[in-house]
Amino acid sequence: MQQQSIHTHQFENGLMLIVEEMRGLQSAAFSFLVPAGCIYDGPGKNGSAAMLADWITRGAGSHDSRELTATLDNLGIAHNESAGSENITFTAASVADRMTDGLAIFADVIRRPHLDEEQFEPVKLGAEQSLIATEDDPQRKAMVELRRRSFRAPWGLSSDGSLEDLPNISAADVRGHYDRCFMPNGAILGVAGNVDAKAVIEAVGTHFGDWEQKAGIRVEPGDCGPKRTFIEHESAQTHIGVSYDSVSFPDPDYYAAWAAVSVLSGGMSARLFTEVREKRGLCYSVYASQSSLKHEGRVLCYAGTSNERAQETLDVTLQELKRLGDGIEESELQRCKARAKSSLVMQQESSRGRAGSLARNWFFLEETRTLDEVRQKIDALTVAAILEYVHRRPAQDFTVLTIGPEELAVND
Amino acid sequence: MQFHQHTLDNGLSIVAESNPGVHSVALGFFVRTGARDEAAGVNGVSHFLEHMAFKGTDRFTADDVNRIFDEVGAEYNASTSEELTLFYGAILPEYLPQTFELLSSILYPTLRQDDFDMEKKVILEEISMYQDQPMHVAYEAGMLKHFSGHPLGTSILGTLESVGALTAEQMRQYHADHYRAGNITLAIAGNFDFDQIVELAKKHCDHWPSGTLARATHEAKPQGGISIVTQESRNQQNIIQMTPGPAAQDELRYAAEILSVIVGDDGGSRIYWELVDPGLVEFAELGYYDYDGSGSYMTWMSCQPETTEENLARIREIYDTVNRDGVTEVELEQAKNKVASRVVLRSERPMGRLSSLGNNWVYRKEYQSVADDLAILRGLTLADIRQCLDAYPLGACTTAAVGPLSKLQLQ
Repeated sequence: MQQQSIHTHQFENGLMLIVEEMRGLQSAAFSFLVPAGCIYDGPGKNGSAAMLADWITRGAGSHDSRELTATLDNLGIAHNESAGSENITFTAASVADRMTDGLAIFADVIRRPHLDEEQFEPVKLGAEQSLIATEDDPQRKAMVELRRRSFRAPWGLSSDGSLEDLPNISAADVRGHYDRCFMPNGAILGVAGNVDAKAVIEAVGTHFGDWEQKAGIRVEPGDCGPKRTFIEHESAQTHIGVSYDSVSFPDPDYYAAWAAVSVLSGGMSARLFTEVREKRGLCYSVYASQSSLKHEGRVLCYAGTSNERAQETLDVTLQELKRLGDGIEESELQRCKARAKSSLVMQQESSRGRAGSLARNWFFLEETRTLDEVRQKIDALTVAAILEYVHRRPAQDFTVLTIGPEELAVND
Repeated sequence: MQFHQHTLDNGLSIVAESNPGVHSVALGFFVRTGARDEAAGVNGVSHFLEHMAFKGTDRFTADDVNRIFDEVGAEYNASTSEELTLFYGAILPEYLPQTFELLSSILYPTLRQDDFDMEKKVILEEISMYQDQPMHVAYEAGMLKHFSGHPLGTSILGTLESVGALTAEQMRQYHADHYRAGNITLAIAGNFDFDQIVELAKKHCDHWPSGTLARATHEAKPQGGISIVTQESRNQQNIIQMTPGPAAQDELRYAAEILSVIVGDDGGSRIYWELVDPGLVEFAELGYYDYDGSGSYMTWMSCQPETTEENLARIREIYDTVNRDGVTEVELEQAKNKVASRVVLRSERPMGRLSSLGNNWVYRKEYQSVADDLAILRGLTLADIRQCLDAYPLGACTTAAVGPLSKLQLQ
């Protein structure tokens, strides 16, 4: 793997900057995490972060909404703003020499948004439409509702918000969310591409160095939703969501947990695809994925199948999840390692991919991790170590949610 | 970046763009066949056959195919459209020989009866899955109506009935007729040695049957109309509107592409400011789609059912204004800057270059570098857009609606 040039710098106000110089590329990208995700929405206000992520680009600094868009388009800066569980994430990518301009614009967006009153109603209408669209998409709804029942509140909340809370969220609530959460302490900026680290540190210092600190917010965990849910829906397929306990991102067992899920669902030769789809033809889409947060983790699974075969699909899927502890072939692990190596090497072709990884890794681990270090950790995995993990933390005590015309029996 | 081209004796075209500075190589077999090339009675066979490729050959079983692709850590898949079936993968350069062998082999699968029967169940599940996605239902209804009587009106997936009735023998015949070397283009982008590619192609593809496929490419002349699929349980109304645009071989396609960005991109466009920014719709976009001999503008919109007609009237007004007055220099410049950046960002990964490389050859037997793409983009003028609008004005020739509404009054 190519030697990476990664630099870190923490500003006095707490803002953390991680820069990777990628000289072979023409582009540069950043990923800016601000600790203002939906876990800070507050009781009865789920949707505040999602609305803020839209409202915040509708005018900032000396630009109104249209000028801001025109400026970004003319600089060729592709950008996205989205609310997640923990953070609101601002991403941008462009030809490398435009990166400094991009940072200046996003300093306005992040530090000096207008949050004009007349822009609030359109934001709210847009948020409502997007939530209603989810009601028409049973596959998406299954995973949103599964998540709500898999993680403790507020980590299980939907980052899009909820239709119940939306009418109760005022412009003042969302401004309050901004005032409480937008701060340099806890914010993380990952920059990658054909840039000079020193110049980036200087530019970020210019635009964010005098951003004032605020007191951090503590979030108390609440409860998960119920373990069994059936939502009646007139649909062509039954949509099945299953989850079970796994580990957090910083947990020493993380890579073993990742490998266990890869054996189940990493690629088309993995077990769920082979057993549920290839051998039985039960579904088109079936998968499991590791979903780790800072403090807890779950495995989330999905299968969508025609209604008359839904019971068999759920039975076979649960069987495969539980069967993992019976044994893992060396060849299955080798395939996981090969896929990981390939994806790590290919990350070096993408400034966007690297910027996202740099910021995310710092958020979860508070350290940088080179691609080589990740590869070494994956290469060090053995079948015995993964099995030992699976025996210690078997797939059990499932949370099951189904959407379709008829309820299914959970035979676990 | 350097371009290479070679044609095997049997007619297989090889086009390649090498870039020693990247870490991976992407390769794809572009088979010039799709739903539009299906005879009556075999609707859905192109897409079903794409799935069957992964069921393997006499040498590679279905398990082998999935296992070997994963052993080399390939990012791989396949897709079927109205006129193209594509098998592709991206890998690290050291795995090129074995990936090449496998990917090329599966284009000529054994088509075993038991595999056929099992995979048919998966295809039927896929069709059901899409029935739960209202925008997809709208797309199918729109294409059927808009291209009624033209081959482009053929559904890619087929229906539960048409796929249910397909036999393995029909698929074997379709495969024998359509998978001929002269009908296939191999495109490769990234870090590779072209001599090695030609060697691999000679070794693994030389025995493919020669020949090409005749295809009727007359331009569609849509009659238009409204197709309404009433689904009372839906909350939102999903709309697609189609109207003719330049074909894939038409020089006006560049103007049509930039016009769709100015008028209907997902951010900063006229439709965005009129409908999306004020929160009147969940989303609304205009896209331009080019086909062999035909083209189409498609308007996509999803909103609250009771606001559908007024939102469509707003879009109609935008189109009327653009058709009459064109767009502004400022808008054109902004769109050029935005698209230029997209071209550069996409081109950094071999996978991002693959479709452009393959499609340019399949449709036009031409190669265009990133620099060529940027130069063409930079050279576009308001006069080009005027010419495109005069030949192909924006509009709503055909409308398909999926949602609670049972009727739709259009201006």
